[in-house]
Amino acid sequence: MTHRPAVEASGLEKSYGAVKVLRGVDLSVAPGSVFALLGPNGAGKTTTVRILSTLTPPDAGRARVAGFDVITDRRRVRRVISLTGQYAAVDEMQTGEENLRMMGRLTRLGRAEARGRARELLERFDLTGAARPTVGTYSGGMRRRLDLAAGLVGHPEVIFLDEPTTGLDPRSRQAMWEVVKGLVTDGVTVFLTTQYLEEADQLADRIAVVDGGRVVAEGTSAELKERVAGQRLDLVFGDIAGYERVALRLGVRLVWSDADRLTLGVATDGSAAHVRALLDEIDPERRAVDRFSVRGATLDDVFMALTGHAAEGESGAEGERRGAEGESRGATGEKEAAGV
Amino acid sequence: MSDAIVLTGRTIRLTRRNLDAVLTAMLLPIMLMLVFVSFFGGAIHTGTEYVTYVVPGVMLLCAGFGSANTAVTVTHDMTGGIIDRFRSLDIGGTAILAGHVAASVLRNTVATTIVFGVAFLIGFRPVAGPLDWLAVAGILLMFILAISWLSACSGLIARSPEAAGGCTFLMMFLPYPSSAFVPIDTMPGWLHGFAEHQPVTPVIEALRGLLLDRPVGDSAWQALVWCGGILVVAAGLSGALFRRRTA
Repeated sequence: MTHRPAVEASGLEKSYGAVKVLRGVDLSVAPGSVFALLGPNGAGKTTTVRILSTLTPPDAGRARVAGFDVITDRRRVRRVISLTGQYAAVDEMQTGEENLRMMGRLTRLGRAEARGRARELLERFDLTGAARPTVGTYSGGMRRRLDLAAGLVGHPEVIFLDEPTTGLDPRSRQAMWEVVKGLVTDGVTVFLTTQYLEEADQLADRIAVVDGGRVVAEGTSAELKERVAGQRLDLVFGDIAGYERVALRLGVRLVWSDADRLTLGVATDGSAAHVRALLDEIDPERRAVDRFSVRGATLDDVFMALTGHAAEGESGAEGERRGAEGESRGATGEKEAAGV
Repeated sequence: MSDAIVLTGRTIRLTRRNLDAVLTAMLLPIMLMLVFVSFFGGAIHTGTEYVTYVVPGVMLLCAGFGSANTAVTVTHDMTGGIIDRFRSLDIGGTAILAGHVAASVLRNTVATTIVFGVAFLIGFRPVAGPLDWLAVAGILLMFILAISWLSACSGLIARSPEAAGGCTFLMMFLPYPSSAFVPIDTMPGWLHGFAEHQPVTPVIEALRGLLLDRPVGDSAWQALVWCGGILVVAAGLSGALFRRRTA
């Protein structure tokens, strides 16, 4: 890219009281791309978005959005961005159309223009049937789509989406993903935060993994997957001797281990060929491994691989419990992580 | 400025969708007026028809009830996601708060007119000339404006819409220990000092004087000073509170 970055930040720091939320965040986002900030609750995702969207000043560091400094050139930044936060920013007591028209008027569109833009967005986000009822009657997914549409009324260059699908059911999440994918075709830059590996994977050109207020890894989804793997092969051993022998042999390649259940996890792409090769490699005598299962890598696995520790606090505890319940679906695991 | 107008329209639309709150705010003073006039009025001697005596007080109650809603809507905005969206669109606190206050003034003007209408129906017969009426409207408008800003200010202090509703209780109570419903000299002695010097009393006295074509004395300018003072302090404080909450 020869263009200047759409978003660039260096050394962002922020504390709330004694709590250090950001400890030096560096980012660079190419224009026209989708960038995801991936991390658990409390990693500093929302704070980063608030700083980049000029709502909160950083304690230290600099950031530019569309080439404008977020502190000294705040007004010009605000003219080219939109923010869709975690809490719905639409009025429940107004209809979908009224909300969009109001946003149009607030972004200096004329009356007729605002009406036209509202109609256009309702159509594009599959909300034409919802134009008349008040937002209070909307489903969660419709509300998110309207919220996102409201952010687009003023033709922003850079769109910030703070956890756009948290709390949505799988179908609404899918619909939201389609909408977000459609945004970049207009040439805008999308900066989103998420706790879901799958979401970052589906949407983002580049992903930054944040933990404890720092970016711990950054790259394309494929690059990160090489380090984390999209799936995990869990091997259950017949006895502790076999478990220990293999654990020793695998060393750093282990992404999961549970001695109580004699289970080890290694990264895999989930294909039959790869799983077969792994089994042959790990257990050539075909005696040590009793059973196996393949499951989607969760944020815990990403963290295990990237930071050498489980996602801190409660989210780690959730990971433990999930292992104990022997669940094998990544999606379930992710939902639990979201519930933390 | 244009932002404030758009946001005033927004608050009015929200009001129309929440008609029960508006009706309650209007019916309560009307009910109180009916109760006072038909149940208590006979026992209260004011030197004039009781309904005529009590109307200014009912007007202020009405303004109190009507603007209390502003505290709730302001808190609602401040605690929801919409405040971040407005700020990221570079809409300032002044426009946001002015939108709420302007809508409150419009809402109260309609409510006050209706309450005046009901008062006429039950025998309210003022003897004011056109100029007196103009002055009555001016003082009422100042009072509504002041109390609306005060309400917006409470809305910025409160952390939840429920708490905001509670904050405005004091404003609605203030007309009782004043000359609004009974002459002050019938109250216990220890209350006289407060009742005579609290902001509601000069407003009531000025309105009553104008409506009954009696000399208003100092009460007119006292009323304006009180309202103006509350207005300036509440608006200034609101601005500061808004900046602090969004820092």
